[in-house]
Amino acid sequence: MSYEFLQTLWFILIAVLWIGFHFLEGFDFGVGMLLPFLGKKDEERRAIINTIGSVWDGNEVWLLTAGGATFAAFPHWYATMFSGFYLALFLLLVGLIIRGVAFEYRSKDANPRWRNLFDWMIAVGSFLAALLLGAAFANLARGVPINADMMYTGNLFTLLNPYGLLGGLTTVVIFLLHGANFLGLKLEGELRERVNGFAKRLWIAASLLYIALGVFTYAAGFWARGIVNPGIVPITAVIVLLLTGFFLNRKMEGWAFIMTALNIVLTQVTFFSMTFPNVMISSTNPAWSLTIYNASSSQYTLTVMSIVALIFVPIVLAYQGWTYYMFRKRISTDKKSLVY
Amino acid sequence: MDPITLSRWQFGLTTVYHFLFVPLTLGLSWFVAFLQTRYYQTRDETFRKMAKFWGKLFLINFAIGVVTGIVQEFQFGMNWSEYSRYVGDIFGAPLAVEALLAFFMESTFLGVWIFGEGKVPEKVHLAAIWLAAIGSNLSALWILLANGWMQHPVGYVINEVTDRAELVNFFALVGNPKGWLFFWHTIAAGLTTASFLMLGVSAYHLARKQNVDLFKRSFQMAAIVGLIASTLVFFGGHTNGQYMYETQPMKFSAIEAHWETSQPAAFSILTIGDLSGKQEVWSIRMPAVLSFLACNNFNCEVRGVNDIQAEYESTYGPGDYVPLMVVTYWTFRFMMVVGFLMMLISFLFLLATRGRYENAKWMKRVPLVIALPYIANMSGWILTEMGRQPWIVQGLLTVEKAVSPNLTTVDLLISLIGYTVVYGSLAVAMFYLMRKFAVAGPDAAMHESVDAAPASVGSQD
Ligand code: HDD
Ligand code: HEM
Ligand code: HEM
Repeated sequence: MSYEFLQTLWFILIAVLWIGFHFLEGFDFGVGMLLPFLGKKDEERRAIINTIGSVWDGNEVWLLTAGGATFAAFPHWYATMFSGFYLALFLLLVGLIIRGVAFEYRSKDANPRWRNLFDWMIAVGSFLAALLLGAAFANLARGVPINADMMYTGNLFTLLNPYGLLGGLTTVVIFLLHGANFLGLKLEGELRERVNGFAKRLWIAASLLYIALGVFTYAAGFWARGIVNPGIVPITAVIVLLLTGFFLNRKMEGWAFIMTALNIVLTQVTFFSMTFPNVMISSTNPAWSLTIYNASSSQYTLTVMSIVALIFVPIVLAYQGWTYYMFRKRISTDKKSLVY
Repeated sequence: MDPITLSRWQFGLTTVYHFLFVPLTLGLSWFVAFLQTRYYQTRDETFRKMAKFWGKLFLINFAIGVVTGIVQEFQFGMNWSEYSRYVGDIFGAPLAVEALLAFFMESTFLGVWIFGEGKVPEKVHLAAIWLAAIGSNLSALWILLANGWMQHPVGYVINEVTDRAELVNFFALVGNPKGWLFFWHTIAAGLTTASFLMLGVSAYHLARKQNVDLFKRSFQMAAIVGLIASTLVFFGGHTNGQYMYETQPMKFSAIEAHWETSQPAAFSILTIGDLSGKQEVWSIRMPAVLSFLACNNFNCEVRGVNDIQAEYESTYGPGDYVPLMVVTYWTFRFMMVVGFLMMLISFLFLLATRGRYENAKWMKRVPLVIALPYIANMSGWILTEMGRQPWIVQGLLTVEKAVSPNLTTVDLLISLIGYTVVYGSLAVAMFYLMRKFAVAGPDAAMHESVDAAPASVGSQD
């Protein structure tokens, strides 16, 4: 396999990992953020947490694998991005830490104050993570200051520009909607009704923000910085998002969920095709951008990693898919059936 | 303080913290899997309760292990970007493989185990805990191969064009004896840690005559496994020492405060250095024993720190290649003393289980032994890592050159203080829950959640 082919393959593989992560952990984050607002009674909150209880950790591993794969396949990308976005990433990690512990700990003590504290840790942690992820990806699309030595020369405030913030906010709201749609599939009774009402309102906010982000991207010329034109992909993303509202009104929860899932996947596809073959665009000088060619590992490492991925990715997909199938039943607020 | 010092403190603190939880996960997962299997085979309710009880403690510990692990995955890029550039071609591979092979397996099947009882077939539920245990221990293997490479780099060349180290032989990386020795020593240490936790908690209940049958069985089982595992730890450690003598002679001599080359070499029982920690003032030594430790032969030569320093200066240029000897020397002694102590304790406990030990007076004191494996685990890693200084990758890259150049003192202070506060609070919550469930006993753990449990649990606070 040629070196260039391998570099492209790994770009695609890492894109797939990010897509999987956004799709899966997207609804986890949404569910987490909705928790204190949607669940009024303790059993309700527990039911909400139980909808993602068996899967959130597995979903998070998509992020870890994306990180590890970036390290192995594009060490310079890993080094520049993670050291450059240092404080943002630190906050993201804090968000992931507090929500992860809270899932496991909140129901292990009956004290209402303890439970309430951990519920808010879940919500705040999920919010921080969604916001920062969105802001980070928006900044990657926009370009960040990088010098000739592949070093990031900005700071935290460089990332807090209007486009970055809009990206962050849009991600938060899209994830909220995606989470609500997921809950629509997994809950029953009164909670299911309530979540449908939430989803309809979120859908309006999400559509407005999403279209604003799209217009901004187009007007500012972040559109096609590389060699691929995303073409009709982003338009399709808008259409499926609009269709979500249609399905929500008809209480077709399965279809509504598929639509937000598609929207997230297509947004990511747009992002990765907008930048390819760049992995980090330098706003200082385009010639200093990191690309799949100057940031990658050696041909040997890429070959070895390709073989490993070829064998194990299908296995992982199979057993993860199987667990979703095993736990496909709706979750009731009956205490006896709750775990977390 | 300069960014390098702060980055080092941060890495050291967060990693030591992560490793506070890791060994128990590694060891206890096997116990829980075994107990559940026994229940499946015998239908004996006590085994079911045991699996539930120890499983509960396992999960409380596991949660913190997971969330602190996420930090580890990103720290190399965040704080050690030049390291990541220079060796990412090699070091990234085991990390990626770890996530793909081990983390997915561990997290997915643990989810099935926690949530699957009564919802998936019993056999599947049983398989899930075994797969989670295997996944955990696989993750240890891959990360230790990664760390083994940093201690003893193999299978790479320096590429002049790209100016970095590049992998040329993946099988050398995977077969690196250093990594496998770490694996042996660490897995056995994990089993030891779990055994001692079980001994301590069981003794607490036995001393109070609660659930006597269940905790006698746990105690006995833990004593047996503890004895076997701590013996394996010892042999693993000894082999580790010998391999260190071959691959990292400076570390080897530094853990012994062995300044001058000698043949045969004496083993230090107690050495006092001067304030700089770089010179001997006074010592008691056992003749020839160090030679034996190094090469199973009472008469081989062991080179001293001073000679090795001189050799390194001529190979790598001027500099200080001696690690902080106070630390390496004492951590090694803590680990060894505790290691022998644990072998002895588990042996004595095992003997005791032949009589009516549950009534013995000393039962009340046994919970103190829980601290022992933790002391040894911490000491072991601190010696392994600090003994490698000033290298981040032995002989290839120094820590100084590895740090991210763009980070400021302010950045680092924010993150260091932030991690300390967050980790500190987690420790409080986890300690509270661990204690509560350990003390409440198996009846509380039998219920899926706490509100269904008897009042005694909730009324702890
Ligand atoms: C010898 C064992 C060992 C060592 C040296 C380390 N870890 Fe660890 N790690 C584990 C053994 C382990 C484990 C037993 O598999 C954990 C601990 C508790 C747990 O939940 O899984 C884990 C969890 C864990 C997770 C969370 C996985 C999940 O979400 O399920 C990550 C990302 C890492 N680790 C990464 C690291 C990195 C990058 C390390 C190096 C600096 C590191 N660990 C040292
Ligand atoms: C989990 C068990 C581990 C513990 C307790 C531990 C502990 C430490 C400590 C105390 C230091 C600081 C040494 C010093 O600066 O003087 C350190 C440094 C370091 N360790 Fe580990 N370590 C562990 C595992 C690992 C693993 C598995 C890796 C890599 C795969 C690793 C990579 C590093 C690196 C890159 C440094 C350099 C930073 C530095 O020198 O401060 N460590 N570790
Ligand atoms: C009984 C005598 C023991 C000996 C001779 C011994 C020897 C060693 C040596 C030589 C190392 C350094 C390896 C290197 O840096 O290359 C080491 C590391 C370590 N030790 Fe021990 N050890 C003993 C007991 C223990 C015990 C009882 C525990 C914990 C329960 C323990 C846990 C560790 C850990 C976690 C490390 C770091 C990982 C590694 O380097 O394998 N050790 N030990």
